[in-house]
Amino acid sequence: MSAIAHAHEHHGSYLEPKGGFWTTVWDWATTVDHKKIGVMYLFAILFMFFLGGMAAMAVRLELLEPVRTVSQTAADGSLVAVIEGQLFGTSDAASIAEGNNIYNRLFTLHGAIMVFMVIVPSVPASLGNFFLPLMLGAKDVAFPRLNLLSWYIYVLGSIFAVAAIILGGVDTGWTFYTPYSTTTDAGYWRVALMTMAAFILGFSSILTGLNFVVTVHKLRAPGMGWFDMPLFVWAVYSAAIIQVLATPVIGITLALLTMERVFRIGIFDPALGGDPVLYQHFFWFYSHPVVYVMILPGMGIISDVLSVQSHKKIFGYRAIAFASLGIAAVSFIVWGHHMFTSMSELASTVFSALTFLVAIPTAVKVFNWIATLYKGSIAINTPMLYVLIFLFLFSIGGLTGLPLGTLSTDLHLHDSYFVVAHFHYVMMGGTIMGLMAGLHHWWPKMFGKMYHEPSAMTGAILVFLGFNVTFFTQFFLGTQGMPRRYASYVDGFQTLHIISTVGSWMLLLGFLIHLFVFIHSLAAGKKAPANPWGGLTLEWEAASPPTEHNFDHEPIVKHGPYDFDTARPPHWSAEDYPLPDEPAGPAGTVVRAH
Amino acid sequence: MTTLDTRRDQPLTEDRPLWERYKAAHHWRSAAEEFDACKFGFWLFLSTEVLLFGGIFCAYAIFRTLYPAAFHEGSASLDWRFGGLNTVVLLLSSYTMATSIYCIQTGKFRRAQVNLVITLVCGFLFLAIKGLFEYMPKWSGWFFDPTMAHGTLFHFVEGYGGKRPGSLFDYPFAVSEQMPIWWSVYYSGTAIHALHVIIGMVLIARVLYRTTKGHYGPSHYTMVEVSGLYWHLVDLIWIFLFPLLYLIH
Repeated sequence: MSAIAHAHEHHGSYLEPKGGFWTTVWDWATTVDHKKIGVMYLFAILFMFFLGGMAAMAVRLELLEPVRTVSQTAADGSLVAVIEGQLFGTSDAASIAEGNNIYNRLFTLHGAIMVFMVIVPSVPASLGNFFLPLMLGAKDVAFPRLNLLSWYIYVLGSIFAVAAIILGGVDTGWTFYTPYSTTTDAGYWRVALMTMAAFILGFSSILTGLNFVVTVHKLRAPGMGWFDMPLFVWAVYSAAIIQVLATPVIGITLALLTMERVFRIGIFDPALGGDPVLYQHFFWFYSHPVVYVMILPGMGIISDVLSVQSHKKIFGYRAIAFASLGIAAVSFIVWGHHMFTSMSELASTVFSALTFLVAIPTAVKVFNWIATLYKGSIAINTPMLYVLIFLFLFSIGGLTGLPLGTLSTDLHLHDSYFVVAHFHYVMMGGTIMGLMAGLHHWWPKMFGKMYHEPSAMTGAILVFLGFNVTFFTQFFLGTQGMPRRYASYVDGFQTLHIISTVGSWMLLLGFLIHLFVFIHSLAAGKKAPANPWGGLTLEWEAASPPTEHNFDHEPIVKHGPYDFDTARPPHWSAEDYPLPDEPAGPAGTVVRAH
Repeated sequence: MTTLDTRRDQPLTEDRPLWERYKAAHHWRSAAEEFDACKFGFWLFLSTEVLLFGGIFCAYAIFRTLYPAAFHEGSASLDWRFGGLNTVVLLLSSYTMATSIYCIQTGKFRRAQVNLVITLVCGFLFLAIKGLFEYMPKWSGWFFDPTMAHGTLFHFVEGYGGKRPGSLFDYPFAVSEQMPIWWSVYYSGTAIHALHVIIGMVLIARVLYRTTKGHYGPSHYTMVEVSGLYWHLVDLIWIFLFPLLYLIH
């Protein structure tokens, strides 16, 4: 009995302040608690999402109107440029040239921030950090101090990037293609600063991934075999493997690119005998697998949220788990499809065929999700709405990837707005919608407060509509021949561009509503019960918000994560959520003292 | 129950050495589990290091295929005796590192410290040979001569220096046009390796310091083990760099 009493030693919520203001700040800044680190990541990522989003709004606003640059010859034979329309409010030739540079910097800013500082770390570093140990029944990740270090490295990388932007920006595009990135004179050292930022952020990503792989291997609760893990854990685990194995390659690439920029070592510079296509191979050897670092954790959220919110056992658990690993494996052999035009026909054909392989495990997941919904008792709330939005948008994003992987159609579509629309449907329609689903699903657990459901659902619907208005039009623009990365375009595209820009305003409004819903919840939300949705996984075993050491006892797992027909959810109460049939099985997860 | 677990139950008073009093972090069930996880994590980290150098080796393979003449000529201007000496130095240091881990596992702390010191000295020796006898003359034309055959420690040879990477290349007697690329690959590869040597030495110095303070012993030597793994990787990378750079002409 005394041993049990010892284990019962009371710990308050992890959010409880440790003392005065500065004590609390110091406590957070030096914490090794995975929950606090997850929350700090979440706010850092949301802030960067705001910055990157503002850049996107500026880009869309500029594209409301085309700039017509008409070349005319004057009477004395000299060339005069006649310009109609405006670029960033100016309309004379010199300002237009400068305006084009500003436009280039804005979309580079948007791309680099969204990829390196938002989407790659979004789900794993925030929700992953918070929930991976909880779902495994662990007290923390394997290496808590390393986890804090990853966060500081992330902040350092972001400071480098923001510094490069504040000091005038970079106009290379987020891919830093050589020889442009080594020869553009838009700030000799700002490009170096920006590539260093991406290099540093890579370290953060590697350390987080490494931490997660070891955590999953070594810290599962007693009774939890590999196939008793929630699918979110499987997805984050698969993504972590990619993070560990792909990121070092971008590390060396960006290090060489920085040396190229600073010392002119010539490895990627054709003027010195170097090979710019080598840069692209190196870059995409990382950046293609990392696309799945972005999407896999989002898919993991969908598997979990969808099963809990429709209160039905997930269809094809093992198929989804293996599909995650399959996607991780295939991700390493498709990078060539970013360079179809710079390879031999044979190599292009092989990469095209390999690219189609990705569709198989991805489709396995989508079909399993839909089969799970069938005959489930589906709760209509914000997490579930975002799951449905994800399914809709991600399917469009996935299917439009096929014509891009096909050589003959890609010849026409590459570098057009079709590509822009495609990757926004998978990146934003996939990852960000997954993040929003997970954020609402786990918000009560993270902060112990409920959010205002009708307002959040309004936000979700606005985001869905705004997203489609913004990006579906861009498929048409792309097929009609509108190329990426231009501030100006021919008049025929204007109607579609106007629709797209109006859509971006709807998106902004939707996200602002979410922002206010979150602030309102933190300030005045109803207290959340321990298990508001009736989930079976271990995070619902913990209090809302969890105590500092997550669990009072070490949990022992006695049932699968989605056994809704045989197990009763922990902390079950008919007031929190109705159950279709009260299950007769064992009550919750059995716990034991140390 | 392992011995590690039973030791935790005994009262460990202040007079016991630090390694005996070591307790695993709060989220581990035992020190043995923590040790396993640390080793697993470190092997994962080593795989990232291999992939990092993989990029350099990949660039090497491509440019050697594209410009065989430049690589032949470049390799000919390296002295295999310095490279070979450095290989011997690193192999010796790997041996002493492995020995020091064995000594700590068996409680022979004095011998462990001696072996760690030899490992560190080998690290310094490697960097000195690389910097003074290889980098400096090729980059600047200044030679280091400890025998003082020219009367001074340093002497300048006209027309020898300037073998630098990329557009910094300034060597008047280059035969092949792509020589700068060779030197870019040479300097990037060896400099990133040298950086790893320095990081390894910092780790070993820390292990040495903490060994003298009694942090490590037969039941707790995680940092000694992983620092050793890191040092062996540094050695291994050099084993590949040496023939690829010095022995291909």
